Amino acid sequence: MKSRLRENLRAYGFLAPALLLLGVFVVYPIVGTIIISLETQSGLGLGNYLEVLSEKSPSKALVIPGNLGGPPPWGALVHNMVWILVHVPLTTFLGLMLAYMLIHVYGRSLVKSIVFLSMIIPMVVGGLIIRFIFDSQVGVIPRIFDTLGVESLARTWTAYPETSLASLILGSVWLWLGFSLTIHSAAVDSVPRSLIEAARIDGASEWQIFRRVIAPAVWPATLTVMVMTLLWDLKIFDIVYAATQGGPGGSSTVLAYVMWLYFARALDYGRAAATAVILTILTLAAASYMIRRSLRG
Amino acid sequence: MPRPKLRPAVVVSNLLAWSVAAVWLLPFIGLFMTSTRPFEEVVIRGWWSPWGNYTIRNYIEVLANPQYDLAGGFRNSLIVAIPSTLAPLLVAAMAAYAFARFSFVMRNLLFVLILVVMAIPQQTMVIPLFFLLKDLGLLDKLLGVILIHSSWGIAWIAFFMRNYFTMLPSEVEEAARVDGASYPTIFLRIVLPMSIPALAAAAAIQFTWVWADFFFALIFLYSPENMVITQKVVAIKGQYQIDWGLLSAGSILAMIPPILLYAALQKYYLRGMVGWATGKG
Repeated sequence: MKSRLRENLRAYGFLAPALLLLGVFVVYPIVGTIIISLETQSGLGLGNYLEVLSEKSPSKALVIPGNLGGPPPWGALVHNMVWILVHVPLTTFLGLMLAYMLIHVYGRSLVKSIVFLSMIIPMVVGGLIIRFIFDSQVGVIPRIFDTLGVESLARTWTAYPETSLASLILGSVWLWLGFSLTIHSAAVDSVPRSLIEAARIDGASEWQIFRRVIAPAVWPATLTVMVMTLLWDLKIFDIVYAATQGGPGGSSTVLAYVMWLYFARALDYGRAAATAVILTILTLAAASYMIRRSLRG
Repeated sequence: MPRPKLRPAVVVSNLLAWSVAAVWLLPFIGLFMTSTRPFEEVVIRGWWSPWGNYTIRNYIEVLANPQYDLAGGFRNSLIVAIPSTLAPLLVAAMAAYAFARFSFVMRNLLFVLILVVMAIPQQTMVIPLFFLLKDLGLLDKLLGVILIHSSWGIAWIAFFMRNYFTMLPSEVEEAARVDGASYPTIFLRIVLPMSIPALAAAAAIQFTWVWADFFFALIFLYSPENMVITQKVVAIKGQYQIDWGLLSAGSILAMIPPILLYAALQKYYLRGMVGWATGKG
């Protein structure tokens, strides 16, 4: 009995500073946000949630803004979903393919370092770079479409509601591919080369080796990449702030950006908190897979 | 592999992979070329044209002009990022050691808490923190942001270090126990020195993240003299006309420290990234 008490004291001695800091600066604010989100003028309730979900102004709408048929057809929540639907499969697949191809590539670590570079820079700078490559004055992409004669894409993408979200999503592939490549590459490296060679001797094509040998062997890594990318897409804020400010006309808003608008622009803490909690619920639902796996491992 | 050079798959792989690398590098080259030339020339010829004048005026302007004051932002970011890397490293390593070596009440519950904190978005914390910092007199102070970054970083570093400690053989520690060493001594003298690779990996990533942070800074720092570099860089982008010469110079300056760190600690860096994502130190 006594030795168990002593082990507990010892453990909590090591844990104490971490628990103190986490308690004051992380757990207390999380609980506080949940409480603020439930506070309404008529006591505790879901009023703030209903209001943010049915909000119609284009810059803050989560689902559908009021001017149906107008330039920004959807709200922030929908933008996040579109982002996920395009970005997760694209980044995951590109990273996996590239990781496999790198087996044969000369200077492969240099290729990896170059692709990883965009992961290291601050995300706001990433947002500015997206603004830069899609800028009609200095950017490469509008210039290419100008040469091709496609006038609707030969302008600053971030400045038009039809293209603003697309430019951010494409740019985020550039920003985040390094993650997918790094995780997949570590997994591909641990697949025994003899397995690949054996398949090749049996006459399998490169595509067959990729489909039947590599992809199944690195599946746990692929799952990790998909979940982490999904979490990243849900929490996206910096690049939206830096590149489009959610605009024009709310055409590229995301959940985290709307939360910031409620908090810093409207000073409406109840709705800001409700938006934050909606974001948290989605995040935790996506992360529950990682959490369960970590608990088992 | 016998003569891999001749197979078409090898040729295609090399071509594709290097094309991707070229495309991925292009924005950096464009940014650099834009930052080193007078903006009027960039507009006329395009940044890809190597002819014309080169200048460092854009850099001097964003660093020294009080309107942009990137030098001040750079200094503030260092003041925030260094303690916000070292403090959580020590605190989280201690907590991780408890998780790896001792059994205690609420162990699983606290571990779940750490995993949940790792997934929670920053937006979920800032409203109560804003008022807490206000009450503590730490709003718009670098110390307030340091405390928040340090606490926030504890979760993932503790998770990462716990996995590393679990894989360390405990024989050395047990031998030291027999010799009468106390647990704090064992932790400081044996465990931490054996964990330098993992600590370096965690430090590299935590520094990069704190340096890159924008959201916490945006909420908690609002006086120009207290703003960090990410805020300063975004502020260069004016309301209507964008001077890409200045903005690209500022962007380059903001990414220098993390890129230097990455160049110096590349191996640890990638290891930390894999460990953060998969839990394998």
